[in-house]
Amino acid sequence: MTETAAIPPLAAASSPSVSIRGLRLAFGAVTVLQDLDLDIAEGEFLVLLGSSGCGKSTLLNCIAGLLEPTDGQIFIKGRNVTWLEPSERGIGMVFQSYALYPQMTVRGNLSFGLRNARVPREEIDRRVARAAEILQIGPLLDRKPGQLSGGQRQRVAIGRALVRDVDVFLFDEPLSNLDAKLRTDLRVELKRLHQSLGNTMIYVTHDQVEAMTLADRIAIMKGGRIMQLGTPDEIYNRPANRYVADFIGSPSMNFLEGQWEGGAFRGKDILLPIPARTGGTARPAILGIRPEHVMTGPLAETAPLRTEVIVDIVEPMGADTLVWGELGGKPFRIRMDGQARVRPGDRLPIGLDPARASLFDARTEERL
Amino acid sequence: MDGPRGPRPRRILSRGNIMLYGTLIVVAIYYLLPLWVMVMTSLKGMPEIRMGNIFAPPVEITFEPWVKAWAEACTGLNCDGLSRGFWNSVRILVPSVALSIAVASVSGYALSMWRFRGSETFFAILLIGAFIPYQVMLYPIVILLREIGLYGSLWGLVIVHTIFGMPINTLLFRNWFAAIPEELFKAARVDGAGFWGIFLRVLVPMSLPIFTVSAIIQVTGIWNDFLFGVVYTTPANYPMTVQLNNIVNSVQGVKEYNVNMAATLLTGLVPLIVYFASGKLFVRGIAAGAVKG
Ligand SMILES: Nc1ncnc2c1ncn2[C@@H]1O[C@H](COP(=O)(O)OP(=O)(O)O)[C@@H](O)[C@H]1O
Ligand SMILES: [Mg+2]
Repeated sequence: MTETAAIPPLAAASSPSVSIRGLRLAFGAVTVLQDLDLDIAEGEFLVLLGSSGCGKSTLLNCIAGLLEPTDGQIFIKGRNVTWLEPSERGIGMVFQSYALYPQMTVRGNLSFGLRNARVPREEIDRRVARAAEILQIGPLLDRKPGQLSGGQRQRVAIGRALVRDVDVFLFDEPLSNLDAKLRTDLRVELKRLHQSLGNTMIYVTHDQVEAMTLADRIAIMKGGRIMQLGTPDEIYNRPANRYVADFIGSPSMNFLEGQWEGGAFRGKDILLPIPARTGGTARPAILGIRPEHVMTGPLAETAPLRTEVIVDIVEPMGADTLVWGELGGKPFRIRMDGQARVRPGDRLPIGLDPARASLFDARTEERL
Repeated sequence: MDGPRGPRPRRILSRGNIMLYGTLIVVAIYYLLPLWVMVMTSLKGMPEIRMGNIFAPPVEITFEPWVKAWAEACTGLNCDGLSRGFWNSVRILVPSVALSIAVASVSGYALSMWRFRGSETFFAILLIGAFIPYQVMLYPIVILLREIGLYGSLWGLVIVHTIFGMPINTLLFRNWFAAIPEELFKAARVDGAGFWGIFLRVLVPMSLPIFTVSAIIQVTGIWNDFLFGVVYTTPANYPMTVQLNNIVNSVQGVKEYNVNMAATLLTGLVPLIVYFASGKLFVRGIAAGAVKG
């Protein structure tokens, strides 16, 4: 943490809202965040996605100033905030457990930060009224948190950040405590809120649906590192490595082991011409195909590669049907139309399209 | 359709129930009997007491012993009964309870929410303090108080009570605050509240049960204290318990059992009222404070 350390040039295009430089955080001997660099653009909705314990909350807490980094710097709006108190950083935070002050009314909860900042009374009233209108919690202002439903509580928690007119909203799994229906509703509302406010938002979740639907860009984390940073489309269609490919998508991607050489992937029972961006020599490789990208029915006929899968289990899910089968001696999942009539034991003709497949180096697990 | 339907009937006088209630009744009698004897004796005149049956209710109820115990009984030169001791106890109790709860709650808060370097060690030392017998520290504290000029004064005793109340009450508060979700604390920091702002405006308002528990422990402990009262104050400031002892053990004249019983009941009244008045809150606080270590 040297003050004199040269600041790397901030991202060129638009000056970023939040920049993280060489951020490292260790609890004793355990390193939870490793040399993280991240630029988040003004008005961007960035989702930190990863399985439990990968360091998402820790990163968010560092940005908020609730945890002191072991090393590295954090900039918000070009200002070095590394040593600033949370309240001085221009951030608002929303927590999974809502974290409302139980003895204060909704109005008291909303205005607490403003009162601490000694904002004049009329200004407080004005901002509380505006936040209440945006979040439609006007009728609840005089209630205590205990008298609110989960969804209402989380709205109040969002309002608490809203009234403070912050530059950056930080969300730590804000919807995880809500039931499925409410989660979907509030997710849409959050997206709408982001569109109308235009603030930078950093959103932690382990739910990939939330991530895909909300994010401008997603950062997939594992073991305190960012495995891939990209738009939902990039993450889904061009995963940078096998971990990301496996993590994103439900049911998860099928992986076939084999060899890449001479512009084609050769595995047990299959041979698929597929270019590798990196070119280079022959090597052991893994072919990844999403269950929903496996072609069936008449479409399968037109595919570059046609083969057959022996159906093992059929799971009808209404909108679509999930078929578990076997290909090359390994389990293979196929997502079919909900109307598909398939039975265990069937030999199901399938087609594979190299344009929708991903190729990974078997050793480094990086995308080829 | 024949056969059983709905809830299965239960026998009220089952063997288990008889055993259970039998035991409870016996235990209740065992504890209530002395109280019965005391109350009855305190309502009798001396002639009736000399007749000997301590369990019998008074033939002629008299409140004379209560009046005498409160206002007329003699200890040494003073003959104004327990009332003097009562007011001394009140003057000791109020600042002691207030100060010890204030110190313990802030310590518990700092130890649970603002883990600082060495906070665990500090806490460990504090806990060890709880296991050192008072007697060991009795005399060193006399010297300490003398050095700072508080020996024999009421404030000296207040400080002693505060110090000896620290370990248990700090533990209680620390556990209570440790059970409060950390996110609440984080939210308050993001909202710009500082050390005192978080404590006074967020945590204290939601901690009534633990303050009640702590207050009860301190009120009863300090009210019942005898040793510190004798050691660290002068006769003019003796608390009620010391005065009670002096009345009951006074060697002059006949033993007035009825006055002694009334005096004892009067002295025990404060803790008794505190327990009755706060029963539910006390249980809630104890349960909550004990959950997390
Ligand atoms: N105060 C702490 N002390 C030690 N280890 C911690 C602490 N807080 C978090 N960790 C560890 O850091 C890792 C990342 O935690 P966290 O950021 O909360 O993960 P998540 O991605 O689920 O939000 C976890 O392995 C956790 O055990
Ligand atoms: Mg987390």
